Amino acid sequence: MSFLPYAIAAWLFVIGLFGIVRSRNLVITIASLSVVQSSTYLVLLGVGYRTGAQAPILADIPQVARTVDPVVHALALVDVVVEATLFALLLALAVQGHKRYGSVDPDEMRIMRG
Amino acid sequence: MSRRGRLGLFAVAGVGAAAVLVVGLAGLPAFGDYHAAYGLIVNGVGLSERHATDLVTAVNFDYRAFDTLGEEFLLFGSAVGVAVLLRPTRGERQPPRAAAADERRFAGASPALRALSIGLISPLIVLGAYIVTHGQLTPGGGFQGGVILATAPLMAFLAGRVLAFKMIATEHLVEAGEAFGAAGYALIGLGGLVFSGVFFHNFLPMGLAGHLLSGGTMPLSSIAVGLEVAGAFLLVWTELLDQAMLHGPGRSSGGGS
Repeated sequence: MSFLPYAIAAWLFVIGLFGIVRSRNLVITIASLSVVQSSTYLVLLGVGYRTGAQAPILADIPQVARTVDPVVHALALVDVVVEATLFALLLALAVQGHKRYGSVDPDEMRIMRG
Repeated sequence: MSRRGRLGLFAVAGVGAAAVLVVGLAGLPAFGDYHAAYGLIVNGVGLSERHATDLVTAVNFDYRAFDTLGEEFLLFGSAVGVAVLLRPTRGERQPPRAAAADERRFAGASPALRALSIGLISPLIVLGAYIVTHGQLTPGGGFQGGVILATAPLMAFLAGRVLAFKMIATEHLVEAGEAFGAAGYALIGLGGLVFSGVFFHNFLPMGLAGHLLSGGTMPLSSIAVGLEVAGAFLLVWTELLDQAMLHGPGRSSGGGS
């Protein structure tokens, strides 16, 4: 069982890449990229997990309790923020592309250039 | 490259990438078998040193506060980037009266959605403020609370009131929130430099663990980041919404799918 989080992370990564390659719509490309990135959450949180440990919130648990690594949780937070901002930028680019070429299909956008 | 060729290339490259991933992930310690020193140290000293009961916030706004500064300016920079990318280009300026028509065009909300959205505005503000200010005690903090705060004005949009949304979250207000939040967080870092000689040193009294005012500068950092995040998200949403109003269904000026 212990390999499952990593296996799912690898699967998300590859299936997201497949989505990017297969997409014919920039919005779907961007959504696929978010699937790729979500694999990093699983790896980060999986690396910091200790068997039988609780969340590193000490307000309601006994002092002696084992807790998981808070550093990877903070890194996952950074990851989420980066994802949100990156996709805002990418979607803005897609909007501009649609304005200029009248399509969000990369193939059609290439034909219409020039 | 043709579609078929692209998929074929991916089949080869994808198998290769998957193999590299499996080898790489197999080299990690087994799931649950955790021995990294950094996390164990933070878990051990976080409460006694910083009086914060949420160690994730302690890492974010204290132990790795400098890292968060970069993260915050990344958010700031990309919000500005979206604003620059989506600025109205020539011939896109809306005549002022046409805006009134948009109020109707987006009024597709059902009465149920309308009532729910309006009713959710004040609870969302309270929840957002709670999450922002209690970051050092319970799960939450500036980033999480800021996003919740940003969704409050968005409820007006869900209720079909685009103009009301733009009146609540005016561009000046949103930009001011973003700018003051970003500057405030940097100033907290400078405060550490001035009062303790170290950038982002936690220079305020730590307070009693479990109380609202604990963790030194953490609550202040949380509020600054909350302002910045709420401002940045609202700025992005406003810009995207403006585009939808300019190019939405029924007003597409040629092209359009």
